Amino acid sequence: MTGIGAGRRTLVAAVSAVLAGGVLAACSSTNNNDSGGGTPAGSGGASSGGGIQSGLTVYYIPKDTQNPYEVLADKGGQKALEELGGKVVVSSGTQDTAAAQQPSIQAAIQAHADAIVIAGNDPSALCPSLNTAARQGIQIVAFDSDVQCGDSPNHLFINQADTKTIGTSEVDLLAKQINSEGQIAILSAAASATNQNSWIKYMKEQLKKYPKMKLVDTVYGNDDPATSLTVLQGLISGYPNLKGIISPTTVGISTAAQYLDTHADVAKRITLTGLGLPSEMRKYIKDGTVQSFELWNPSDLGYLAGYAAAALASGTPLQAGATFESGSLNKTYKMEQGDGELSVVLGPPTVFDKSNIDDFNF
Amino acid sequence: MTSELATRPSGDSAVLSGRAEGRQPLWRSLARWEAGLVVVLIGVLIWATIKSPTFTDPSTLFYLGVNTGYIAIMALPMTLVVMTGEIDLSVASMLGLAGSTVGYLWHHGWDIWAAFAVALAVGVVGGALNGLLVARFGLPSIAVTIGTLTMFRGLAEVLLGSLTIPSLGDRQFPESLTNIGVNSIPGAQLSWSMVFFVVLAVIFGVVLHVTPLGRAMVAIGLQPEAAQFAGIRVNRMKFWLFVLSGFISAFAGILVTLQQASVSYNVGTGLELNVVAIVLFGGVSIFGGRGTIFGVVLSVAIVGSLQMALVQLNVSADKQNIVTGVLLLISVIVPNGAEALRRARDYLRRRTRPRPL
Amino acid sequence: MTAIAERRATSGAVLTILRAREIGLVLLIALVVIVTTLHNPHFVDSNSIEQLLSGAALIALLGVGETLVVVTRNVDLSVGSVLGLSAYVVGHLFKYDHIPVWSGFVIGTLVGVAAGVLNGFIVTVMRVPSLVVTLGMLYVIRGIDGVIVNGERIDPEFIPSSFTAVGYKTLFGIPWLAIIVAAVVAVAGYAMRSFRASRDLYAIGSNPAAAALAGIPIQRRVFTAFVISGALAGLAGALFLALHTQIDNSGGIGYELAVIAAVVVGGVAIFGGSGTVVGAALGALLLNTINQALVASRISAFWNQAIAGALLLAAIAFDRWLSLRVTKTLQSAEGAHRDI
Repeated sequence: MTGIGAGRRTLVAAVSAVLAGGVLAACSSTNNNDSGGGTPAGSGGASSGGGIQSGLTVYYIPKDTQNPYEVLADKGGQKALEELGGKVVVSSGTQDTAAAQQPSIQAAIQAHADAIVIAGNDPSALCPSLNTAARQGIQIVAFDSDVQCGDSPNHLFINQADTKTIGTSEVDLLAKQINSEGQIAILSAAASATNQNSWIKYMKEQLKKYPKMKLVDTVYGNDDPATSLTVLQGLISGYPNLKGIISPTTVGISTAAQYLDTHADVAKRITLTGLGLPSEMRKYIKDGTVQSFELWNPSDLGYLAGYAAAALASGTPLQAGATFESGSLNKTYKMEQGDGELSVVLGPPTVFDKSNIDDFNF
Repeated sequence: MTSELATRPSGDSAVLSGRAEGRQPLWRSLARWEAGLVVVLIGVLIWATIKSPTFTDPSTLFYLGVNTGYIAIMALPMTLVVMTGEIDLSVASMLGLAGSTVGYLWHHGWDIWAAFAVALAVGVVGGALNGLLVARFGLPSIAVTIGTLTMFRGLAEVLLGSLTIPSLGDRQFPESLTNIGVNSIPGAQLSWSMVFFVVLAVIFGVVLHVTPLGRAMVAIGLQPEAAQFAGIRVNRMKFWLFVLSGFISAFAGILVTLQQASVSYNVGTGLELNVVAIVLFGGVSIFGGRGTIFGVVLSVAIVGSLQMALVQLNVSADKQNIVTGVLLLISVIVPNGAEALRRARDYLRRRTRPRPL
Repeated sequence: MTAIAERRATSGAVLTILRAREIGLVLLIALVVIVTTLHNPHFVDSNSIEQLLSGAALIALLGVGETLVVVTRNVDLSVGSVLGLSAYVVGHLFKYDHIPVWSGFVIGTLVGVAAGVLNGFIVTVMRVPSLVVTLGMLYVIRGIDGVIVNGERIDPEFIPSSFTAVGYKTLFGIPWLAIIVAAVVAVAGYAMRSFRASRDLYAIGSNPAAAALAGIPIQRRVFTAFVISGALAGLAGALFLALHTQIDNSGGIGYELAVIAAVVVGGVAIFGGSGTVVGAALGALLLNTINQALVASRISAFWNQAIAGALLLAAIAFDRWLSLRVTKTLQSAEGAHRDI
C-alpha cells in the first residue's frame, strides 16, 4: 500500500484505452480482486501481548474512502491491527453522507466484526445503526468527527486533540499574528459537520478575550476546493477590512493558501491559519504565505483508535478511568468522562511553521 | 392554454433518431425487457449468494429495505412523470426540505404528527410550484427542476443551518416511530419503508396500467399533441403529477428522518440521479410513453441487492459506482444491440461498396 | 433543398431573438453588479472582477461544449466526471512522470476526447438516448477516477508553477484563464454562426426528421458534438488543476447540473434547435456573479443556495417571457400564420 504501485501507473497511462473500450472488462476484473474481504471474522483466538486478543476484525468507516486525511488515518489503523494480529476492513461511500456510511455499518454487523471505528458524517443519524451494532456486542469507537448518541450506544471517542484546545489555540495563533485586532472570518467545511461546529463554538468563546478582534462571518466550503474558493472570494470582496481567516479544515486552508499565494496584494492584508496537512502546506509555509498552522498526525489518530478498539474488544471496560496501551505511541491512555461522553485525547496539536515543516511528511 | 403546444418543439415525439426508427410492437418489447430484468435479478441473487456468505442472512432483506426503500418510493412518481415525457430532478432536495421542516418544527416544540402534516404540505406546495412552471408556463422541466433542486435544498439550509435535529437540549424523536429504522415489521424481515414502497407500487401499478388515467399518461408521453386532441388535459395531468412527486418525496423525507432518528439539511443530497437511474434501468423510456411499474420494482430489487452484496464483499464505493453506471448503460445498449449490429453491418457494406449516386 | 433555403430565411429572425437574449443577460449581469456595488463598493475591485471571471470560466468552457450537444436535442451529463478524471490524470503525470507543461493541456484534452468518443459512439451508433448514456458515464468515469486516485491527492508542490500560472496570472487585469475561455467562446461562436456543419447542428435539433430529409449526416454531426464537448471538458480539467493547484477524486463533482443551469439561463433551448455559445458563457457568468454577489452582500451563507435557486428560476422564466414576446412581435411583423 505504500507509494504508487506499478499497476496504478499503468492504469493511469491506459486510462484512455479503458475509456475507449474496456469499461466492462476493467470493471468486472477489478471487482473480483476485492471479493475476499467479506468473510465473517473469527471472534478472537489466543491472547497476545497486553491482554489483546489476536484475530480481531475492526471495521474502519471513514467519512469517505477517498479523503486523503482519512486514508492516512485508516492506514494508521491497519498498522495497529497488524501489530496486534488482527485485521482492518475499510468500508465507506464516495460521498460524505450518513446514508453512505450506513451500509458499511450493516456489513460490519453481518460480518460479526469485533469493533467499528467510525468518523461520523452526521452527529446522530448513524446512532440507530450503531446501536444495533453495539447490541450485538460490537465495540464502537469514534474518531475524527464524533457521533453524539448519548448512551445508545455507549462509545469511546478518540479526540485528535482536546476540542477546546483546538478552538482556543487557533484563535490565539491568529491573534499573535495580527496583533489581536481586526475583522476575522472562518472558512469551514460543511455547515452540519460536528467537529467543525464544536471547534467554532470554542473559537467564539475564546474571541471574547480579544475585544478588538471581530468575527464578521463564517462561510462553508463543503470541503470542496471549488466551493471553498468561491466563498473565500466572496469573503475577500465582501469584507475589504478583513485581517484574518481561520480555516479549521485541510481543504479550506489549502485553497485559501493557494489563493493568497497568487494574490500578493490580498496576502499583504490577510493572515491565514487553521488546520492543515504539512504536505499540502509546505509550499506556502516556505514562501511565507502562511506563517503557522496546526494539526495532529492523522496516522497516529487512526493508530490510537485501532489500539482502543482492540482493547475494548478484548474486554477492557468502556468506563471512565479504564486504561489501554498504545503500541509505538508509548503511552497509557485513560478514558475520561467529557461532555457526557467517554473520550481519550491523542495529544496536543502540533504547530507547524518554517522551523519544523520539513520534519513531517503526512 | 396553447402554451404547451407552442413550447414543445415540433417533432418532439421522435426525439433523436432512436425513436425515428420503425417502432416495435409495444407489448413485445416491454415483455422482453422485464423478462430480461428478471433474468438479471436471478443472476445477481445467485452470484451474491455464492460470493457473499452473509447475503442469505435474513437481516440482508431488512437492511436492503432500510437503505433503498425511501429512494425507491421516490422512483414511483418519477416513473409517472417520466412517462409523460417530463422529469423531476428536485425530488432529493424536496426530501431534504421536508425532513428539515419536520426537524425545524420539532426543534420548536411542535407535535410530531403536526410537523409531518406541515412537511407533507410543503411537499405539495413545492410540487405545485414545479407543476405550475412546467405545465402552466411551459418551461422545460429539466431546467425548472434544476432550479427548484437548488432552491429547495437552500430553503432546507435556511431552516436548519448548521443544526442537526435533535440538537443539544431537544427532545428525541418518539422512539415508537424511529424504530422503523431499527426493527422490521412484525413477522417478516421487511423494513417499514419497503412495505410502504410495495403498497405504493401496487397502487401506482394499478393506476398506470389498468385505469384510463394511466392510459392517458401513456398517451401524453407517446404523442402530446394527439393526446391533447383526444381530449386529455395534458397540462392538468402534468401539474398533478408534479404535485404527487413533491408529496411522495416529502413522505420519503419523513421516512428517512425517522429511520435515522435525526435530520440535517443535507440529507439525501445527490439522490435525484440515483432515482432517475433506477427508473431508467427499470425500462422506462426517457422520452415518455413506455415503461412499467413492474420494471421499476425489478430495478429496485436488482440495484438494492447488488449494493448489499458489493458492500458485504467490501468492494470499494468507486467500483460500485462503475457497476451502477455500467448497469445503466447495458440496460439501454442491450435492447438496441441487435439493431445497432444491423446498422453497423449496413454501414460497413455501404462503405466497402461504391455508393449509389 | 427547400429545408435549407427555409433555414436561411429564418436565420435572420432567429438571430434577432438570440441577440435580444444575450443583451438581456448582459443587462442582468450589470444589474446584479450595480445593486451589489451600492451595498458594497469593493465588489468592483480589480480583484473582484478577476474573481468573477475566473470563477465563471470553467463552467463557461463546459457550457460551450454542452451548448453544441444540447442544440442537437441531446445532453451531456458526464462533463463533471470527465473534468475530474482529466484533472487527476494530468496531475498524476506531473507528479510521477514529470511531463512537460504544455503536454498537460494536450493530455487533459485527449482524456476528454476519449470520453467524448465513447459517449458519441454509444449515442449515435448504438442509438441510445444521450441522457441515459451520459448519466451512466457520469458514474462510470467517476468510478474509474476513484480507482485511479485511490485516496491520494496531488499536492501543489508537484504542479509546475508555469502550469499553475495559467490559473492566476492576469493580462491587463483579466485572468489568463478567462482569456483562454473567451478565445474558445469566440472561436466556437464564430463557427456556430458561419460554418455549414455547425448550422446543421441547429437543423438537427429543431427538426431531426427534416434534417434527415435535407441530407444532413445527423449521426456524424451529433458524434462530433459529443467529441467536442468531451474535449472541452478535458481541457477544463487541465485548467481546473491549474486553478486549484491540487487534485484528489472530487474535482468537478456536481458540475453537470451547474453547466446545464448556465446553458439554460444562457438561452439555449433544452429541446434543441436554438441558443448560442456566447449566451451559455454569459449564463455561466451571470450565475457566478449572483453567487459572488450574495456572499459579498453579507447575506448569511445559509441563504445563498435558496436565493440562487430562486434567481435561476426567475432567469429561466424571464428568458421564456422574452422569447415569447420576441416571437409574438416577429409574428405580427411578418404577418405569419401559425396553424396551432
